[in-house]
Amino acid sequence: MATPVIIETRGLTKRFGDVQAVAGVDFDVHEGELFGFLGPNGAGKTTTINILTGLARPDSGEILISGINCAKNPKAAQHLLGIVPDESNLYPELTGFENLCFCAALYGMRKTERQTRARELLDKFGLADAADRRFSGYSRGMKRKLTIAAGIIHNPPILFLDEPTTGIDVVSARQIRQLIKDLHRAGTTIFITTHYIEEAERLCDRIAFIVRGRIVQTDTVANLMQPVRGIHSMLISVSNSGANLCGELAAAFPAHNFYSVSSEQIRVESAEPVSVGPIVRFMEDKGVEVSEARKLQPSLEDVFVRITGVEADAMRKEKEKQGGGV
Amino acid sequence: MKRWTAFWNILLKDIRAYYLKPPNISWGIIFPLAWTGMFFIKSGGGMQNLLSLLPGLIAISVLFGTTSMLAVTITFEKKSRSFERLLLAPIPIELLMLAKTTGAILFGVANAFVPVVMASFLSDMSGIAWSVLAPTVLLIAISSTFLGLFIAVSVSEVFEAQTFSNFFRFPMIFLCGLFFPIQQLPDWLQPLSYILPLTYGADALHEAVTRAGRLPLYLDILALSGFCTALFILSLRNIRRKWVT
Repeated sequence: MATPVIIETRGLTKRFGDVQAVAGVDFDVHEGELFGFLGPNGAGKTTTINILTGLARPDSGEILISGINCAKNPKAAQHLLGIVPDESNLYPELTGFENLCFCAALYGMRKTERQTRARELLDKFGLADAADRRFSGYSRGMKRKLTIAAGIIHNPPILFLDEPTTGIDVVSARQIRQLIKDLHRAGTTIFITTHYIEEAERLCDRIAFIVRGRIVQTDTVANLMQPVRGIHSMLISVSNSGANLCGELAAAFPAHNFYSVSSEQIRVESAEPVSVGPIVRFMEDKGVEVSEARKLQPSLEDVFVRITGVEADAMRKEKEKQGGGV
Repeated sequence: MKRWTAFWNILLKDIRAYYLKPPNISWGIIFPLAWTGMFFIKSGGGMQNLLSLLPGLIAISVLFGTTSMLAVTITFEKKSRSFERLLLAPIPIELLMLAKTTGAILFGVANAFVPVVMASFLSDMSGIAWSVLAPTVLLIAISSTFLGLFIAVSVSEVFEAQTFSNFFRFPMIFLCGLFFPIQQLPDWLQPLSYILPLTYGADALHEAVTRAGRLPLYLDILALSGFCTALFILSLRNIRRKWVT
């Protein structure tokens, strides 16, 4: 049986000048659910989070968080929310311990309670040794972990995570994913946005794809994967694919679809198994050197590309080029 | 109670992080000292002239101390996005901004008493009406702090905060009657003086120190209180409009 709905939005809209950032967003998040919000840059993910958390006002629409009408009174539900923004925005001049105690005080926690909780979280996040160091001296991964710790210092039942692992090292990202899983297991409702589709695939119960301010699909990972489950895919790396290699391949192998991923990569998709030999020979006859042919497992990324028309890799690189958000 | 825990901790954090930093303590002492020295030498008078300079020195110390600190610290926190953390906390925006401004008000009051302490070593202070001076200093500190808040909300960069502050501060010093009586200003400039909060603060300070106030004291206090309220309401309105978009 589904758990009760804890976040409900209906017809949420928000415009900034000529830009329609959010254009009629509807979704429900159930209690204890880990809900992913995926979309390309500028799709409206952060604006939606800002509206839900009270940092922005919607132009129209309804938001209910735990039954509280947040469109009318955004402050009323803030004590239920933990928020981890896309940038680590703690106080550089305070130590890790002081930052956590200060954030706890913002939620009215008593001195002994906040000190105990701060020490507990510093231990849990592996930051106990850096507790008395200033936040400005932390590495990116440490900053991200402390920002998440600050988001959950008051034990909120609902946690918003905006790009929690963008721009940090692999080890820290893995630790953060584990922490998210632990929080989810402990019953926290988590609303997460991420550019890493494989991360969303691994973590989320349900995912909503948002493009140009509209939700184009919301479902469980298993249901979203259904259309690509029977598809056979292969990625072929070549010296140079030339202007019309995909067209020539499609004419020669009509049962398969060929897409140019880049000038050096071609993706093959087919409803039947793909034989690599004839394709490689065909390419070599055309003077194209093949360096690698790799079978691909169907993934949520395929679903994302099909639905949004945005190449996930390009989206990720664009975000990282912007500075990673830490 | 929970809200006041937040209020108290925001205030303490700001005092520790900004106002008790050695550069700011030295600014708080050196700045009034420099003004005192400058005006004392410029006036060419003896020690008996010191008390006539005191209202101006107090007012300038408070004005510069509060507006500089608040405009910069809030703009800095807004720029680094740590201010969002406060906006996302479950405390009313009025209480949040009071917490953010109380540190600057206290800093302003402390600044005001640097020239007072110095003067106490050099001059006879027995004639000062302390019951008028203390609330006047507090009201000047509050109105200047809220002016700093208004400036902080109006700009997005730290350097803009400094420039915009000077746009208000320097004309205010020369038009508020601290160093030149308003009556000596050109006729067309005089009305401008009466829309500046410091005019009323300066008048009340003159009354407290040398009994030379030109307006009724209740009018000075009322006008200053009115400026405090108006600037705070205006700043809150701007915060809601610009920061909770």
